[in-house]
Amino acid sequence: MPFNRKPQKFNASIREVEIGVGEKAIKIGGENVFPFYTFDGDLGNTPKVGVEISDLGLDNPVPGIAAYYEGCTTAAQMAKKAAEMEGADFLALSLEGGDPNGANKSVDELVAVVKEVAEAVDLPLVVEGSKNVEKDSELLPKVAEVLQGKNVLILSAKEENYKAIGAAAGLAYNQKVGAESAVDINLAKQLNVVTTQLGVKPESIVMNVGTATAGYGYEYVVSTMDRIKAAALAQSDATLQMPIITPVSSETWGVKESVSEEADAPEWGSREERAIAMEIETAAADLVAGSNAVILRHPQSVATIAKMIKELA
Amino acid sequence: MALNGIQIFKLTPKKNCKECGCPTCMAFSMKVAQGALELSKCPYMSQEALDSLSEATAPPMKTIKVGAGDNEYTLGGETVLYRHEKTFVSKTRYAVSVCTDMADDVAEAKLAEVSKVDYERIGEQMKVEMVYVNCGSDAPADKYVELVKKAAATGRTLVLGVKDVETAKAALEVCKDGKPVLNGADASNYAEMSKVATDAGVVLGVSGASLDELYDTVAALEKSGNKNLVIDTTGATIKETFANTVEVRRAALKNEDRTFGYPSIVNVSKLTKDDKHMAQALASVFTMKYGSIVVVPGMDYADALPLYGLRQNLFTDPQKPMKVAPGVYPLNGADENSIIVTTVDFALTYFVVSGELERSGVPINLVINDAGGLSVLTSWAAGKFSSGSIAKYFQEEIEGKLKCRKMIIPGKVAVLKGDLESKLPGWEIIVAPREAVELVKFFKDMQANGEL
Ligand code: SF4
Repeated sequence: MPFNRKPQKFNASIREVEIGVGEKAIKIGGENVFPFYTFDGDLGNTPKVGVEISDLGLDNPVPGIAAYYEGCTTAAQMAKKAAEMEGADFLALSLEGGDPNGANKSVDELVAVVKEVAEAVDLPLVVEGSKNVEKDSELLPKVAEVLQGKNVLILSAKEENYKAIGAAAGLAYNQKVGAESAVDINLAKQLNVVTTQLGVKPESIVMNVGTATAGYGYEYVVSTMDRIKAAALAQSDATLQMPIITPVSSETWGVKESVSEEADAPEWGSREERAIAMEIETAAADLVAGSNAVILRHPQSVATIAKMIKELA
Repeated sequence: MALNGIQIFKLTPKKNCKECGCPTCMAFSMKVAQGALELSKCPYMSQEALDSLSEATAPPMKTIKVGAGDNEYTLGGETVLYRHEKTFVSKTRYAVSVCTDMADDVAEAKLAEVSKVDYERIGEQMKVEMVYVNCGSDAPADKYVELVKKAAATGRTLVLGVKDVETAKAALEVCKDGKPVLNGADASNYAEMSKVATDAGVVLGVSGASLDELYDTVAALEKSGNKNLVIDTTGATIKETFANTVEVRRAALKNEDRTFGYPSIVNVSKLTKDDKHMAQALASVFTMKYGSIVVVPGMDYADALPLYGLRQNLFTDPQKPMKVAPGVYPLNGADENSIIVTTVDFALTYFVVSGELERSGVPINLVINDAGGLSVLTSWAAGKFSSGSIAKYFQEEIEGKLKCRKMIIPGKVAVLKGDLESKLPGWEIIVAPREAVELVKFFKDMQANGEL
């Protein structure tokens, strides 16, 4: 008696969203099966990998990252180098320098960096804000404006500032809007609903449903993504059918496993290897849980995760 | 799948003799269906009826025990595919792989490394639980037995990857007391291998060239009476292995196909060869998706820190938030005079706050209160994190241990400041920012103002 296969085929599918323009443009989403369940049906577009650089340049980099960007003195040079990375599908520019609690760079200063980077590369661009709600409401609409015609993804619009960012990015300047919520299916749904009520088309929305590093409350990320994919596919919930992007590196590079120098934790071994492993293992888990795109930093992580996607898809 | 009363009634002798204490066989059947009575209360059930009932009421996935003594592990017994439905019960266990094809010194160095990773994380000891001892295709039995002996000396539970029946027998002679897994059965040898495993009293691992072949072999083994099995779902490629592992688990739990209702072995080491980073990625993938035993090429701290953290998160009760133990957590080399930050015992809060405090570089004693495992605002609203509870805890437990009398409380419960000052004479209460991400700047400012 042969094994009786029962594929889970769904009538609904995740929306396909295109980011970037020209030859290098990417599409994410489009699948009507659970993540990497190729044995059930069509995966749509395979998940994509982005390389993250920052307006602040390199902050206490591990040797491998320092070596990779050696000689780069401007954001544009770093962007060019990042775009050549093996496995890179898109570039993610973080404007963390805008954080009023940090470097507190002005909007004009940051917009200049954005322009410089956008001119330097032809890979699709994802722009991450300063993470400060007020600053981003001012900064990200400007970013959306100067990048008109580039079809970039703006990360992100949150419950507190979706009106300003969603309206500018999604309506006025025709970019893609990242809708960010905090590891809860209902919050994710709510934000998608209100963003579409603004007039932003559902096919212009990508969700960031919240991130965590493996070991740091990661169960919430897993269950949120599990439940969102089930609602989107099995229950055809159109308000949750947006693809998911997960900024992995901004989380994993901040935990003590990635930060502690070898001198502080000799039994743990090389800081670089630890940071790579935190990034790789978290990204791998995100992808099987349902991320359609992940953002990473280290060339080794980018190459490994890109290869893993190729092997699984 | 539980049977309903009518289905059970059909199997009773319908004598209505009342010996079971019920007025009728029908009433008895209803009680059994509800779980209020045991089937054995009726002395007249035929063996046939009992067998078919125990089959029908058996859990969808068997619970299999491997290893002995302190190294005994429970595999399988899962009832759901997603952790939000119900707690996953049997943690993924990791096995480091050695093989007769390795040079002696390489294998020995690997075995020596097995005990290197050993640490505690939120009350759980993290270590490599198993060693996978693989027999190369033409290795002589004595060579394999030697390697098995060395592997057994690590004190870890063994998984024997060996296809030759005589070699398997010889290896079990030297290690069967440790209750290893004999991962050796396939379509060509299952009858003999099954006998070797049963004679030695160990769990048998089954593999196959395809899911169909695997299915047939498991069915044949079950028919022969051996249900003490694990299924090796490793395929020829990463893609096939993922498909096999998901299909087997899904068949058992979603489609009630009990032939596949066994724990799995996923051999990542075989799939990744020397690619250490790919092994990290796949160890994570198969911890998420249904590996009961995941075989890895090695385990150092870099591999382990994210992996064990991931496992610890996955195998938690979705209804109950993870808690950390109340107490003093010294950070950045804090001593009894260092400033105190206090918050709740919700694990997520602890991780976020302790991470930011560590980044500040300031020596700090983080004092965790018993707040029922709830977040700051929830526990405050529930009365579990109040000026009374904090004051009591500090007077009873903290004042004797720490000399500093400056306490920083979460910004979200700034309202507690006044009350705390009156309940804790001699203490200075400082209110932190509302969000943890602002803590680093908060401490930098305090430092700059000479407040530390
Ligand atoms: S003891 Fe058995 S046969 Fe007698 S009434 Fe109960 S169920 Fe029926």
